[in-house]
Amino acid sequence: MSTITAPRAVGASLDRRDGPEKVTGTARYAYEYRFENPLYLFPVPSEVARGRVASVDASRAEALRGVVAVLTHENAPRLADTSDRELAVLQDGDIAFRGQYVAAVIAETLETARHAASLVRVSYEPAPHDVDLRADRDDLYAPERVNPVYPTDTEAGDFESEFSSAAVQLDQTYVTPMEHNNPMEPHTTVALCDGSDLTLYESAQGVTSVRQTLARVFGLDRDRVRVVAPYVGGGFGSKTTHANTVLAALAAQVVPGRPVKFALTRQQMFCGVGYRTPTIQRVRLGAGQDGRLTAVSHDVIEQTAKIKEFAEQTAVATRTMYAAASLRTTHRLAALDVPVASWMRAPGEAPGMYALESAMDEMAAACGLDPIEFRIRNEPETDQETGRPYSSRNLVACLREGARRFGWAGRGARPRARLDGRWLVGTGVASSTFPALRLPGSVARISYAGEGRYIVETAAADIGTGTWTTLAQIAADALGTSVEDIDLRIGDTTLPEASIAGGSSGMASWGSAIFEAARVFRGRHGHDPSAGDRAEAAAPDNPDAGKFAMHAFGACFAEARVDVDTGEVRIPRMTGVFAAGRIINPKTARSQFMGGMTWGLSMALHEESLVDARFGHVVNHDFAGYHIPTHADAGQFDIAWVDEDDPYVNPMGSKGIGEIGIVGTAAAIANAVYHATGIRVRDLPITPAKLLR
Amino acid sequence: MRSFRYYRAGDVPGAVATLARERAGAFLAGGTNLVDLMKVGVTEPEVLVDVRRLTSAEIEDLPDGGLRIGAAVTNSDLAADRRVRHRYPALSQALLSGASGQLRNLATTGGNLLQRTRCVYFYDTTTPCNKREPGTGCSALDGRNKDHAILGASPHCVATHPSDMAVAMTALGAVARIQGPGGERQIPVAELHRLPGQEPQRDTTLEHAELITAVDLPPLPFSPNSRYRKVRERASYAFALVSVAAALQVRDGVVRDVRIALGGVAHRPWRAWKAEDALRGGPAAEDSFRAAADAELAEAEPLRENGYKVPLARNLITRMLLELSEER
Repeated sequence: MSTITAPRAVGASLDRRDGPEKVTGTARYAYEYRFENPLYLFPVPSEVARGRVASVDASRAEALRGVVAVLTHENAPRLADTSDRELAVLQDGDIAFRGQYVAAVIAETLETARHAASLVRVSYEPAPHDVDLRADRDDLYAPERVNPVYPTDTEAGDFESEFSSAAVQLDQTYVTPMEHNNPMEPHTTVALCDGSDLTLYESAQGVTSVRQTLARVFGLDRDRVRVVAPYVGGGFGSKTTHANTVLAALAAQVVPGRPVKFALTRQQMFCGVGYRTPTIQRVRLGAGQDGRLTAVSHDVIEQTAKIKEFAEQTAVATRTMYAAASLRTTHRLAALDVPVASWMRAPGEAPGMYALESAMDEMAAACGLDPIEFRIRNEPETDQETGRPYSSRNLVACLREGARRFGWAGRGARPRARLDGRWLVGTGVASSTFPALRLPGSVARISYAGEGRYIVETAAADIGTGTWTTLAQIAADALGTSVEDIDLRIGDTTLPEASIAGGSSGMASWGSAIFEAARVFRGRHGHDPSAGDRAEAAAPDNPDAGKFAMHAFGACFAEARVDVDTGEVRIPRMTGVFAAGRIINPKTARSQFMGGMTWGLSMALHEESLVDARFGHVVNHDFAGYHIPTHADAGQFDIAWVDEDDPYVNPMGSKGIGEIGIVGTAAAIANAVYHATGIRVRDLPITPAKLLR
Repeated sequence: MRSFRYYRAGDVPGAVATLARERAGAFLAGGTNLVDLMKVGVTEPEVLVDVRRLTSAEIEDLPDGGLRIGAAVTNSDLAADRRVRHRYPALSQALLSGASGQLRNLATTGGNLLQRTRCVYFYDTTTPCNKREPGTGCSALDGRNKDHAILGASPHCVATHPSDMAVAMTALGAVARIQGPGGERQIPVAELHRLPGQEPQRDTTLEHAELITAVDLPPLPFSPNSRYRKVRERASYAFALVSVAAALQVRDGVVRDVRIALGGVAHRPWRAWKAEDALRGGPAAEDSFRAAADAELAEAEPLRENGYKVPLARNLITRMLLELSEER
């Protein structure tokens, strides 16, 4: 593969090019586009978790001045494709989960729409619902594959026999709760229907993907759908296409020529725009007296919506982490009357590695080994699942460098051994991993504008990660010019198509397309082009994709302080060291790692969507009830990376870094809390209630 | 949010008279809780009478050595007042442990006392709640109740009062000054809030159109030796799981006098009378502190998810008293 061999812009710690716009409020987000005569949309959620809408009485709402229309399943425009039932909004009266949209109001002001929505009277024919995820259910089933296309179960070697004969055995179950993505900017659409053209200003992780989905659902030619999303206030996996976007587009069809604005309230973010499935994970480890693993089994139970399957790949990371004579993983689902689960930062890896890395900590103690030494002792030579060599794997380097930076040496193994005032103090470590992914379907166009300037176009997304800056850095090196001469254009379906900002794949996918377009451009136009010269190219397939296992790795260290009287947990400091290929921009990369680690802290100590099974919905559906960390909860972050030269992953030599930061953090904190208190919490989050004795 | 009328009265009697004429109305001060409740449809007043500028925003010295806090004094100003910090540190600490800086800049003394429970079902208009809609039932009783009451609850409501400030005021013996259609009266803060009983919709003993105009802090010789400690699930900006405000006077190893109130455990700030009685005249020692806490918590009735509050409250009271006894 040809690669960037002499990086100049890549690797530079550039400030965000869009920083001034963002801090001065001029960067325009979906809701902020200005229109003449906009209308506003507010949905009516179902108050039963299963059943049918018997009737809708909208008369009081319609009588309100300023109400333009009340949409119901009886009068809403018909969709062309209702095969995806999550997106079949207002197409029939069936109710699949509590909170599903059963009506919506279009009005001249937001206040009117909201008030009118509260006046819509919906009568239901309720049916018994079931939202209870339990391990002892008799209807758990094996999905055909887990997200996105991993095998559901794997088995290498004879686990049962290896485990039963292992000198040291561990058999524990770890539980993680339902969690909800909550980007600062809620899901937002401004939809405009003009003739047969549909235009969406959308808070989206990928404009091409939204266009494809809407074109299919509405039966429109792709060229008739335009999606615009230059700035997005966070996505974290939740801003793919959900019912909210379809509802906005349906409303726009009802009022052609007038833009319809729809932003979810924070409470509405807790239903219907994705969440992380709760999990019940049994981990069994067997090892010899020498601390070498002989048996690893990771069996996962999780939930999915009855109307649309999402099978999170919770145990997939276990397939590549450690060497063992036998290794087995399984995933089983309970199909429930719940909203559709989806991606949430490191889906699979984050809950799965909490379980595995907690178990590794317990097993290290059982083997009488330091947790770092135990992991190093079980470092594999090749990928356990595929037998392929790693394109690069530097977990051990991360553990060692992290230990040095954190001051791990001399840590006593005994828990509950250090009391500072009324604070119990402990430290913990865990490994992280995330696959180095690249998605198909990205095209870039490069045009010479004259006077040394290049226009680089691809419909990529910047969901807050820094794409506006980092793609320009890649383009500059690919073209052999400076960042200042790159005029980057992203976030609009009028540009060449691009894959979604998901799976930490953006830089690799879009960067590869830009690299290829630059190669074609230089081949065609040389180094002294004329204004108007252009080239367009798709990212080629990676010839090395089938030859190597490609993953990023990392190590997370945490210090925990636990109040001996109250069970309050504080994390004064964390160290994260990562091996993730070439770092394109150290400044934005550090933000990515720190954001991920902060979320890991949140996962460890705070986040839990509390479902009331009687009603079937999340009851703590706001930020008073659903906690995320405040500044006071986030202590010192020490973030570093080890240099990694990987010529196989992509032309930039980079691995995705958007998600790996969260992966090992929860386990590192859980392990530190154990070291501090002697209490092993196997169900997240770790709250004072679980530590009081 | 439905439409409402808005009045700004010229003075306190005018505001009281205006609201007294209305069936469904409310006084508006900082609005940090009321406006949220209106947005989500929990409260739908037809009239708001703005009292933000009508009551005093001053903290005055009283002849007896106490302080009079105008109802419009912001939480920020009250917390920062030098007299409060030195003479009633528990109150300052309680205020600073509540909400966020932005909210404290807007929230008032009167409004803080009258903020409503944070029970998730109270806030969710799609679920039954006796406090929001009397007679519909209590969803929290057999629901998600980790944050709910362990003391003084009824089958009709297990909500807790959310204020930190009110807990400190309850411990310090503060008295609310009230003006209503029938004239002026005074209510100890400890008696301002109710237990839910049969009428959980009534948070307080205030009658319709009664307005809190000020809060008096009485002189308490040992109130400089007071503290507030709040336990919550994150380091800042969260409601209390359990909190305690206490003041302690020890002489020669004996508890001469003590004040204790708990937050996060009941429908009102919980004055720990039993613990206080058990402590007075007894040794200032850990065993007796713990025994007093146990005496107070003997009648606790935890729900399915909030049993942790009993040991938490016990530990908190004990530790607080130990720390206060070590300082004097």
